[in-house]
Amino acid sequence: MTVHADVARERIEELLRTAEERILRRWSTIARTPADELHDLYQALRTALGQEQQDLSDVRGLLAELSRARARQGHTPSDTARAVYGLKEAVYELVETDGDPEALRGFIWFSRLIDDLGLYTIETYAAAREKVILDQAEQLLELSTPVVKLWDGIVAVPLVGTLDSARTQVVMEKLLQTLVETGSEHAVIDITGVPAVDTEVAQHLLKTVVAARLMGAECVISGISPQIAYTIVTLGIEFGDIVTKATLADALAYALRRSGIEVGERRRTRVAVRTEDA
Amino acid sequence: MERVPILKLGDLLIISIQIDLDDQSVLALQEDLADRVVATGARGVIIDITAVEIIDSFIGRMFATIAGMCRMLDAETVVVGMRPAVAITLVELGLSLGGVRTALDLEKGVALLGDAGRGAGR
Repeated sequence: MTVHADVARERIEELLRTAEERILRRWSTIARTPADELHDLYQALRTALGQEQQDLSDVRGLLAELSRARARQGHTPSDTARAVYGLKEAVYELVETDGDPEALRGFIWFSRLIDDLGLYTIETYAAAREKVILDQAEQLLELSTPVVKLWDGIVAVPLVGTLDSARTQVVMEKLLQTLVETGSEHAVIDITGVPAVDTEVAQHLLKTVVAARLMGAECVISGISPQIAYTIVTLGIEFGDIVTKATLADALAYALRRSGIEVGERRRTRVAVRTEDA
Repeated sequence: MERVPILKLGDLLIISIQIDLDDQSVLALQEDLADRVVATGARGVIIDITAVEIIDSFIGRMFATIAGMCRMLDAETVVVGMRPAVAITLVELGLSLGGVRTALDLEKGVALLGDAGRGAGR
């Protein structure tokens, strides 16, 4: 940095130091933010500028906190950035009255610094948003794969939505884990809620069934709509000796039969009264 | 080299693998088992792998070999207690242990062989 620029910077730093009270008050008015909120930030900025290395990490930390707090209060990130930019205006008014060419030159440097800090608030906001989205995606993954117990020794996984490798992996692990924990020998994978079955999805399903078989449990795939049956046959996917059923009820009946449980209707005459005509 | 003990329960032989299997002990186990099946006239063999965390293709093939060998000697083989992670690995490796019967745990394995025995005796 040239001697010229150093002089200009020192001039700004001096202004920030001497007219602290005035700048803060003006900044608070422009940014429509209480002065005590901005006071810490201002102090941190001044300390950072006073150092040789100009370490801005403290300032950034405070800014991140401020932008988070403001985001919670319902301010948009632009609002927060604008509040930060308000400092430029407050300082400029001072530089203008001062009229010193060094101060004007220094202001350009100061303005660039504040621009960076303003952009940083937006970055913080975006990062916070990104994290929320990631968390939600993970939660969705957890939510969308419940393993339910249908009967003693029979569990079911109702799959809803599109199947991809990541989801199948989660489903597979969860199903196998449940088989071990509950000691169930029968599992039903219900794909009623899966909109389309292609070769990849079929491959995933087959892998799950084979893994369950290796552990000593039997898998039935249910919920195959006419459309899906047609697609599977057209694509030439071989399900081999894996049992498939049209509805979850059929699959449950099959699993019950396999585990030796008889379900019969109770012989009793029911009196049904239609109230519509009455 | 560690040897895997072979336990006799009624007319079943039970092998519980609790050590990290190396190739030598696998071969020794196969020999020991064949001898014991002939000596005891066992009707079924149960291999319990509840404690096994890693299965490679060699051990995977061991199950198939043992099953084939026991079938020759008129005994059924059941692999019990496979962990989910192991099952997933085997599937990813493309090993489906064709011809080997499986059960969730030892109890279910014994029940499976019991049913098969009764079925055969009838």
